[in-house]
Amino acid sequence: MAGDGGALEEFIDVFRGKLFQYTLMMCGHRADAEEVAQDTLMQVFQHFGQLREPEHVRAWVFRIARNACSMKRRKSVYAPDRELSLDELMPRWKQQDGERRLEIADWSRLPEDALLEGEMKAKLHEAIVALPDIYRSVVLLRDMEGLSTAETSQVLEVSEDVVKTRLHRGRLAVRQKLDEYLAGAAV
Amino acid sequence: MTKAECKEVFALLSQYLDGELPEDVCEQMDRHIGDCPPCVEFLASLKKTAALCRQMEVEEKPPELAEEARASLVEAYRRFAD
Repeated sequence: MAGDGGALEEFIDVFRGKLFQYTLMMCGHRADAEEVAQDTLMQVFQHFGQLREPEHVRAWVFRIARNACSMKRRKSVYAPDRELSLDELMPRWKQQDGERRLEIADWSRLPEDALLEGEMKAKLHEAIVALPDIYRSVVLLRDMEGLSTAETSQVLEVSEDVVKTRLHRGRLAVRQKLDEYLAGAAV
Repeated sequence: MTKAECKEVFALLSQYLDGELPEDVCEQMDRHIGDCPPCVEFLASLKKTAALCRQMEVEEKPPELAEEARASLVEAYRRFAD
């Protein structure tokens, strides 16, 4: 980027937007999210020399953001930390027309490539922010930001197996909320 | 299919979707899912959930970065680059 002002400006704007999204959904306060995003970028630029593996820049930036978020607020405003068990996330079984079926909504009404908009978007937002911190952070990094399991493990300083477990339970909890919505709504 | 088998599959569905399972486990999952309509239905709902999460963006955007703040960031970067 050295000598390329345009690329630097773009880096600032793109990462600031991504960091703001992450920090807003982690701490829940707009003012804090803005401040953390900006502080994170400043730390990134001040410590670029410590980046040992440039290909892991996203993981490095989000780890700084995550630490800044933790310093800003000890607890999320959204949901208390608690473990989600697989049992509570698995739907119940029922018998219907002599067949064993799961009690879930009719997701076939939702196209495979359904666009996220309107009420569904609002419900998804609600479902994600309702996740306990440890699951929300993984869903944000893996699914929303597109980090790999290895990168997410570096950001959160947990093993890759823990990332996989938390991602699955986070997705299951979000699925459960959307299922409740779909069961009661005409999509 | 027994509920116990479905529960074992249920625990691994995200890794199955993400292609993160060893080949032999993946093949076992394929065999179970291919013969278990409830698991097929549930897997489809989880796959759509993950796809929707990938599209998620917050409505709120940060305000334009103040010129002073932008200049500080650029200056911090220039110090590193030089």
